[in-house]
Amino acid sequence: MTSSMNPAIVATDLRKSYGDKVVLDGVDLMITEGTIFALLGPNGAGKTTTVQILSTLIKADGGTARVFGHDLAREPDAVRALIGVTGQFSAVDNLLTARENLTLMADLCHLGRAAGRRRIADLLDQFDLTEAAGKPVSTYSGGMRRRLDLAMTLVGEPRVIFLDEPTTGLDPRSRRAMWHIIRALVAEGVTILLTTQYLEEADQLADRVAFLDHGRLIAEGTPRELKRLIPGGHVVLQFADQEGLDSAARTLQTATRDDAALTLQVPSDGGVGSLRSLLDQLDRASISVAGLSVHTPDLDDVFLTLTGQPDTRASRPDHERAPTR
Amino acid sequence: MSTLSLAVRDSNTMLRRNLLHMRRYPSMTFLLIGIPIIILLLFVYVFGGTLGAGLGPSGDRSQYANYVTPGILLITVVSAAQGTAISVAMDMTEGIIARFRTMSIFRPSVLTGHVLGSLIQTMLSLAAVTGVALLVGFRPTANPVEWLAAVGVLAMITFALTWLSVALGLVSDSVETASNLPMPLILLPFLGSGFVPTDSMPTAVRLFADYQPFTPVMETLRGLLLGTGIGNNGAIAVVWCAVISVVCFLWAKSLYNRNRTA
Repeated sequence: MTSSMNPAIVATDLRKSYGDKVVLDGVDLMITEGTIFALLGPNGAGKTTTVQILSTLIKADGGTARVFGHDLAREPDAVRALIGVTGQFSAVDNLLTARENLTLMADLCHLGRAAGRRRIADLLDQFDLTEAAGKPVSTYSGGMRRRLDLAMTLVGEPRVIFLDEPTTGLDPRSRRAMWHIIRALVAEGVTILLTTQYLEEADQLADRVAFLDHGRLIAEGTPRELKRLIPGGHVVLQFADQEGLDSAARTLQTATRDDAALTLQVPSDGGVGSLRSLLDQLDRASISVAGLSVHTPDLDDVFLTLTGQPDTRASRPDHERAPTR
Repeated sequence: MSTLSLAVRDSNTMLRRNLLHMRRYPSMTFLLIGIPIIILLLFVYVFGGTLGAGLGPSGDRSQYANYVTPGILLITVVSAAQGTAISVAMDMTEGIIARFRTMSIFRPSVLTGHVLGSLIQTMLSLAAVTGVALLVGFRPTANPVEWLAAVGVLAMITFALTWLSVALGLVSDSVETASNLPMPLILLPFLGSGFVPTDSMPTAVRLFADYQPFTPVMETLRGLLLGTGIGNNGAIAVVWCAVISVVCFLWAKSLYNRNRTA
C-alpha cells in the first residue's frame, strides 16, 4: 500500500433528490490515492447514488467533486478516462463470450490490436476465465460473471475503481476470491471506492470506512477508530429461570438485565482472565448459568449504535451524531 | 484522437457488437423477414386477382405482383424498424449500457452501432424479400443505374426509420412498449400508394395517402424499378427522409443523454 497522501477523489456537499425524496443530503468525501475506501449503509442509504454521481453516470443536484483534480461537471471525459466502474448489476454483454466482451472493451479503450490481445490474455488468466473464454456469458455462474465484470473494468487500466456491492449475492468462496483480487489491485496503487452492506467486508478490506444513512455520512474513520466509538464488548449470560436471573443481577451490579429473554448483559473485554473471574464470582454465589456468549464489538455494533432505532432517529439531536472525522 | 475519427472508430466497434448479436440470435432476423413475405404472398395469391383487375383493363395477378412489390419493400423496412426498437429497448435494460456511459468513448456510438447494424440487417432482408417477389412474378425493368438508385432510396428511408425506431426504443419504459410503438408504421404503406392507387380512395383518405412520407418513397421506387412516372416524388422522398433522420437523431440523442433515475 502506498502511503502517498494524494487525494484521488474529493467530493464536497454532494446533493441529489428524486422529486421529494432526498437521496444524498450533503456528502463530503476525501479518498487518498492507493487506498480502499468503503461506503457502508443499508439499502436506500444513497451508496449507489454516490457511485453513480462520482462515475459521471448521473449529475448531482448540488456540490462538487473532483477525480485527480478533474471536475466531474466540467471535464466528464477526463474523469471517464481515469475511472472504471463495476456496478451492482452485472455490466457485461450476456450475448457475447468473455473474450468478445473483453475485446469490446479493448477496442473502446483504443488499445492496439496486439496490446489488446495481450491484455485480454492476461486478464482471462488472472481472473481464471481462460477455459470459459469462448462460451457465452449467459451460461456463466454469478461468481464468473462478477469476475468478468471486474476484468472488463480493468482493461483500460483505470486509476480509480468504483465497486458497487461487488460481492452481493456471491457464495463465500467467490467472495473471498473477489477480496483477494481487490487487495491485489490496491497493492498496484489503484484507488478503490467500495460500497457494501457487509460490515465484515469493509472491516477486511478498507483503509477507511464511512457510514451512510439516509443520505448523510454519520461517521467516518478507520475500522479501528470506528469500533472505538462504541462501548466495548460484553458477555451475555443466559439463565434457566427468573430466580437465577434475579440472584445473578444482585451479584453483578454493572449488568443490564433482560427479563423477557432471561439474559444478563455484563460489560467485559472478552479476555480469558475476565471471563474466569466472572464465572468464579457466579460460582461463589452458587448461581447456575444455562449459557454464555462472548461479544466483541464489530462494525455491526457501530452501525446499529449510530443509526439507532428508526423512530428515535428523527428526534435525535445533531450533537449526538458521531463526528464525521 | 479527433472527434470524428473517435466517432468512426467507436461506432465501428459498436457495430461489430450488434452484428455479433444478430449472428448469435438469427431468429429475430428471420421473424422480421417473415412478416413482409407472408403479406406479399397473401396479396399476390389471395387478393392479387381482384386487386390486379382494378389496376386497369389489362390488370391481372402478375401485374399486381409488380404493383405491390414497392409497398412490400417498405413493409420490410418497417418490420425491421420494429426489431430495432425492440433490440434498443432490450439493450437499455442491460447493465453494460451503464458501463458505456462511464467510459471515455464517443457517446452516441451505442446508438450509431444499432443504426448501422439495423441498416445492414434491413438491406439483407430487402434482398431476401426482393428475391421472393421475383419468384412470385415481380418483373422489374430497371437498368443497373436505376437499381442502384432504388437501393439508395431504400437505404435512405431505412436510415430515417431506424433513427425513429431507436428513439422509440429509448422512449419506451419496457420492451413490450417498444414492440408496440412502431406498429402504426406498418399501416402507412396501406394508407398510401403501396397496395392500391390512391385515386381509388375517398377524398379524406386520399389526401392523407398523397401527402404522407411513404407514398413519394413508394412512387419513386415504382418509377425506378418499373419505369412509371416519378415526377417530383424523388425530391419529396429525399426531403422527408432527411427531415425524419435529423429530427429523430436529435431526439434519440437527447433521450440517451437524459439523466436516468433508475
